Amino acid sequence: MEIIKPFSQYLAAMLLAPLLPGIINRVKAFFGGRRGQPALQLYFDLYKLFRKTPVYSRTATWVFRAGPVTGVCALVTALLVLPFAGRPSFLAFEGDFIFLLYLLGLARFATVLAALDTGSAFEGMGASREVQFAVFAEPAFFLGLAALARVGGQTSLSGMFAALTPETWRVAAPVLALLTAAFFIVLLAENSRVPADDPNTHLELTMIHEVMVLDHSGPDLAYILYGAALKLWLFAALIASMVLPRRTGSWAGDSALFLLAVLGVAVAVGVVESVLARLRLTKVPYLLITAFAFSALALIFQVGR
Amino acid sequence: MIRPLLLLPLAAGFLAFIVRSDRARRLLLVWTARVHFLLTALTVLSYLKGPGGVPFAAWLTPLYPRPSEAVWFSFDALGLFFLGITSLLFLGASHYAAYYLAAEKSDPGEDADGLFVFNNAPEAVFTGCLLLFLAAMTAVTSSRHMGLLWAAVEATTLLSAPLIYFHRHKRSLEATWKYLLICSVGIALALMGNLFLGAAGLKAGGGLDFAAMLAAAPGLDKPLLKAAFLFLFVGYGTKMGLSPFHTWLPDAHSEAPALVSALLSGALLNCAFLGVLRVNAVCVSAGLADFTGGVLVLFGLFSVVTAAMFMLGQRDYKRMLAYSSIEHMGILALGTGLGGTGLFAALLGALSHSLTKAGLFFTSGNVLAAERTKRISEVRGLWRRAPRTAVLWLGGFFLITGLPPSGVFLSKFLILREAVAGGHYWLAAGFLFFLAVLFTGMARVFIAMTFGDRGQKEGEKPYAEPAGMLLPAALFFALVLGLGLYVPAWLDSLLWAAAGR
Amino acid sequence: MNTFAELIIVVVILLDMALAVTGSLSGCIRLVAVQGVVAGLLPLLAGGGAAHGVRALIFPVAIVTLKGVVFPWLLLRARDRSGARKDVEPLISYPASILLCLGAFIASSWLGSRLPLPETNVAWIVPASLATIFTGFLLITTRTKAITQVLGYLVIENGIYIFGLALFVEQPMLVELAILLDVFVAVFVMGIAIFHISREFDHIDTAELSELSDWRSGEYGK
Repeated sequence: MEIIKPFSQYLAAMLLAPLLPGIINRVKAFFGGRRGQPALQLYFDLYKLFRKTPVYSRTATWVFRAGPVTGVCALVTALLVLPFAGRPSFLAFEGDFIFLLYLLGLARFATVLAALDTGSAFEGMGASREVQFAVFAEPAFFLGLAALARVGGQTSLSGMFAALTPETWRVAAPVLALLTAAFFIVLLAENSRVPADDPNTHLELTMIHEVMVLDHSGPDLAYILYGAALKLWLFAALIASMVLPRRTGSWAGDSALFLLAVLGVAVAVGVVESVLARLRLTKVPYLLITAFAFSALALIFQVGR
Repeated sequence: MIRPLLLLPLAAGFLAFIVRSDRARRLLLVWTARVHFLLTALTVLSYLKGPGGVPFAAWLTPLYPRPSEAVWFSFDALGLFFLGITSLLFLGASHYAAYYLAAEKSDPGEDADGLFVFNNAPEAVFTGCLLLFLAAMTAVTSSRHMGLLWAAVEATTLLSAPLIYFHRHKRSLEATWKYLLICSVGIALALMGNLFLGAAGLKAGGGLDFAAMLAAAPGLDKPLLKAAFLFLFVGYGTKMGLSPFHTWLPDAHSEAPALVSALLSGALLNCAFLGVLRVNAVCVSAGLADFTGGVLVLFGLFSVVTAAMFMLGQRDYKRMLAYSSIEHMGILALGTGLGGTGLFAALLGALSHSLTKAGLFFTSGNVLAAERTKRISEVRGLWRRAPRTAVLWLGGFFLITGLPPSGVFLSKFLILREAVAGGHYWLAAGFLFFLAVLFTGMARVFIAMTFGDRGQKEGEKPYAEPAGMLLPAALFFALVLGLGLYVPAWLDSLLWAAAGR
Repeated sequence: MNTFAELIIVVVILLDMALAVTGSLSGCIRLVAVQGVVAGLLPLLAGGGAAHGVRALIFPVAIVTLKGVVFPWLLLRARDRSGARKDVEPLISYPASILLCLGAFIASSWLGSRLPLPETNVAWIVPASLATIFTGFLLITTRTKAITQVLGYLVIENGIYIFGLALFVEQPMLVELAILLDVFVAVFVMGIAIFHISREFDHIDTAELSELSDWRSGEYGK
């Protein structure tokens, strides 16, 4: 029976991830006074896209075709090391947070390469922006995880979150609060959410992520959309495990609470998108540097404690 | 109620804002200065004669060793010495001011270079701030608590800023802003130093009262005390005009009215010096004499060097005097750092420098009034235009550069002797070299200004020199000259007591 | 309880960083005010509710009124009257500012651990105060406006105040009040000076206040 639990956790993450963009859209619609798409819209989209035949440009090579698959595979693998509701994942080993970071990097690399492979200046521009912001976002995320590793004295993600208890919040509240803020900003930036990017826009001057995937169609686009949903889930799960370290004792109870927290993060993202305007492109690095500063501060606090 | 010395200028200052008649206000200024000086003299007398020596004096102004009640203001020899300088200078400045303000009133405000016309600040504000400035300086000399000393020094900055901005034009405003900001930030560092000082005494229980700190000095935490000294030194050193924190000083001194420059240079810098002396005394008692001495000698010598560098090629005679002040502050720090007789010499130097520099600034005001320019290159043959001013100008030059006999010479000589006696030959040689540079630099300016070829200027009449604007300077110069010939026994004992022996 | 005080300290540091990146002048004025209020409340909140008589109450109230209400009012008025541009016009970029700030905090942590200071029961209070003082200097040196220099002075003052809390140096009430009065008069006088500068020069850019100098070859005015 015990062997089933990590497996079902993993399956739940894979299945529930596409729900998050739907929730965000509903929240935005609520704030905008509209009814909005159904929460399950992304499932419908994925189903539709998988049945289509992809169209490839004559100039595109295998790199272009490999991009989406590599991306989604990297993220599916990344989810393997992600703990669920403070319970260890399948694949927990020492230093796996670095593994996670590299998988995220690999996904980004594949997307960027695919975008460049189209040979379109437009997509090249998007790739350039994506990498430019990643330069700021990755150190922030990495330092944040390092600080978290110091808090629990563990170097595996499962260990870190298992060591996190309400007691930790009482002792190291400043560190955890800073980390939560930093991770939230990184979440917004990495998932092309509003202050950094606008997922709805198709205006060439402002797009970052959307512009890179314009040429993908059919199942390829489905992979990309699904990968994006997984990535959102990944960050939301990290934040949720951090702000809600409470244990009820039962696996089901913990899981339910955790899922609620993840949905809460999605709602928070929706609220942020509704009340904030998108930042000017040149200001986005400032936002990410702020996240970096938060993470760095948290690390300094934790090291000197 | 027991501190008329403090309350008198304070009350007079507030009164000056209200009084409407110019004449009455000037009288108020002069008479406040006179009474203040009288009270100061009484206090000094009662200090010298011991308790009960002078009737009522103890009641008027309490002296330092007092019963253990919480006393904020009282005098010891050091404070009294600086109070004496301040009060004497203010006496001269107030008399000068009476004529100066009258002259300014009748004169349209024209820029010294004739470029633009400006207004003066309201005389009431000027006089009021002047009197409050005196009150703040009295508070500096009489406070016996480091925190209070800090507050009083900061108050002097704030109250003297409006004085610098008396002539309302761009340059004086620039000088005022620099003065306000640099000194306030510098003083903020001194506040940090006070905190370190308090922390150093947490275990020994010294508090921030001088007497208590001196008594508890050996038990103070040494590293914290060092930090405290450095912060206080940088803080008060900024106010004192030690290089490299001196940048505000030439600007403020050159743009302020002559009598304000005199007070800034002669009285205010001393107040900051007093702050340095106070913390230095505590550090020396705690056995840190080598450390503080090293810092003081280093920055002292650096100030002398800086002054010498900027003296050469100086184009503005008031700025030149300002750099001379930096030089003398450097010498004071040097003497204090050497300790022993050096400290005595530094105190004597403080007195001589204050009187001489104040006299020179008064005279520079006359030169400015006669020639309407602050540029050295445009003042030539002063003795033909204003002979009595020229005599004072040249006399002041001889005194300030330390030609014997003068108090300045005596103090420089004693410091040099102390340096040689201590085996610091290189220090002595360097000191002497830069003094020579300063002398030549200043001689070039003063001699050219006094005797240079004036050329023919059509219809020029000799400038009518008001005696009231010459007398204070003449009096001060005479005193300094006298000091060089003879230091009275009472002053000698006061100086030694102030030097802590 | 100390966790709460630590959170406040974190807020103070975050306010430093916010000051380093805030471009709007009025935003900076408000941030400095908030920092002053937070610092003023620190002894009340960190003390665990144990009141030390009237002194413990009067003083924070005075600080909060002064730093939270009077100073922002004075400075905002000075800003409006001077007709200055609305941004702080930094000499270095905002990312550079925040990195400097962060570097200062790291350096202060190192320094704080090296200084032989008495043990404090609130973690990070010494580095936070030192970093705050540094931020004040940053504002003074890398922002051109006269108002931001006053703000820098106030931030330094906040930092020193927090430092004093960290060291447990209890100055007598009279001295504390005298210091507060000085700071008030300083801001007041600087406010007046800013008004005069804006009237005389048509701007409050201190980089342009450079007529008096011994380094320039030209004679002034010509």
